[in-house]
Amino acid sequence: MIAPNTLPRVLHEASGRPLTLAQHEEAFATSTRSGSLLDELEASGLTGRGGAAFPTARKAKLIRDQRSHNKFMVVNAMEGEPSSHKDRTLLGANPHLVLDGAEYLASVIGAKNIAVCVSRDNPAAVNHLKRAIHERERRSLRGPKFELHTPPWRYVAGEESALVHWLDDNESLPQYRPLRPHILRIGHGPVLVDNAETCAHVGLIGRYGAEWFRSVGTDANPGSTLVSVSGAVERPTVVEVALGTPLRSILEAAGADANPQAVLLGGYGGTWFDGARVDAPYANATLQPLGATIGAGIIVVLPQNACGVVETQRIAKWMANESARQCGPCAFGLPAIAEDLWHLTQNARDNQAACQRLIERCGVIEGRGACRHPDGVVRLVRTALEVFASDIENHLRGAHCAASRSAQHYAAVPSLEREEELVWE
Amino acid sequence: MGIRRRSGGFVLSINPILCDGFGHCGELAPDLVHMDEWGYPIITTVPVPLSNLAALESARYAVRGCPRQALRIDRVADPS
Ligand code: SF4
Ligand code: SF4
Repeated sequence: MIAPNTLPRVLHEASGRPLTLAQHEEAFATSTRSGSLLDELEASGLTGRGGAAFPTARKAKLIRDQRSHNKFMVVNAMEGEPSSHKDRTLLGANPHLVLDGAEYLASVIGAKNIAVCVSRDNPAAVNHLKRAIHERERRSLRGPKFELHTPPWRYVAGEESALVHWLDDNESLPQYRPLRPHILRIGHGPVLVDNAETCAHVGLIGRYGAEWFRSVGTDANPGSTLVSVSGAVERPTVVEVALGTPLRSILEAAGADANPQAVLLGGYGGTWFDGARVDAPYANATLQPLGATIGAGIIVVLPQNACGVVETQRIAKWMANESARQCGPCAFGLPAIAEDLWHLTQNARDNQAACQRLIERCGVIEGRGACRHPDGVVRLVRTALEVFASDIENHLRGAHCAASRSAQHYAAVPSLEREEELVWE
Repeated sequence: MGIRRRSGGFVLSINPILCDGFGHCGELAPDLVHMDEWGYPIITTVPVPLSNLAALESARYAVRGCPRQALRIDRVADPS
């Protein structure tokens, strides 16, 4: 049993290797839950940890109320963000906790099949899951059936509708969902998709109950969360913190620069957050008034001597290449935005015009894709224009900062395999 | 026929995955649609009252004229 008020929770007993089933059952032995699982979930106030922060209980209820004999539970451990490491860290520590949570959720909605999805480019996590599922099958064949799925890694492949599309039809492309909440389906069966970390929290709530869960965190945002810190750190780390912890102490705990120029919150479709405000508590309720969210629990730390415009340009270029190219505004608009940003970083003659164009294009693209991918890039660019306003001013005057010429970069961006793909027509 | 009173409004909505930027909708419903620089339609998101028959008619034309069948008319309860 983990005592209330203590951390880590989902990373409990994390050592170099994942806990086996026997060790897992010993570590999380006693159960102190009193109410029914769905009631406890609702009382716990757990929200999805994959980025959207939708209440998990409400989502589960929506699927439970569907009439079908063929429901599916999907665990999303795809981790499309290049600077996110939390799901692989979690699977490398407590894979059975994730599977427990998936079983609990499957029993709530009445699903007989659980699909666990990790990207095939992440062989360590695939192996951990293979072993964990095998151990469970050897123990007993009752209960829901686990399947391991390994779609190829792409940024949008982790988007829930793209993931379900893959399971349904082997195509990792987002689907058009005009009416929300939209119920995703495999064949005719409704699907509940939850992030791996959310499942791990459900696994703990299923054991210890809502009151235990709420003993950490704030009233509006209870519980703990995994945060992947990268950028200006000695090495990228994943820490588990209580929601509402000041951002600065998270940075200190991760061994990062505690006086950054800015931090990128929520991932590559997230927001730049001014380094002067790092004393803000890390929770959605307190960050939202400041224009940011915790998103998928990603923090990229940008030190004082780095150039935010260059970093934004690199991220935007990569995100443009990761578009699924189904929707025109995303397929053409994002490369255009990336190009405008590139003009800004260069000493081009027309960079005044490029800046104007950039702002206009952001307004044109927003909200016109089938998924939220272009909106994320627009948010990133807009907050960059705000946070790095003085840098952009300098770039426009032609006075380059030294950092924009240096080759050291902080946001991890995978190299583009096909650079020429960015050029259309 | 007589006079029919219509209340509520409509929005022309688009499935961006299907749309391939043929631009027919922009020609058929110029009041509701204009084109961005890549030739993809930007459609007004404010509901148009159903009593605006000319707009409704042009929206119907656009829905039928779209070669990808990407457009749809959504009724909205009350134009706010
Ligand atoms: S908005 Fe972009 S990423 Fe999303 S479905 Fe359309 S083309 Fe694909
Ligand atoms: S007519 Fe249809 S395919 Fe052509 S631009 Fe309009 S919505 Fe897109």
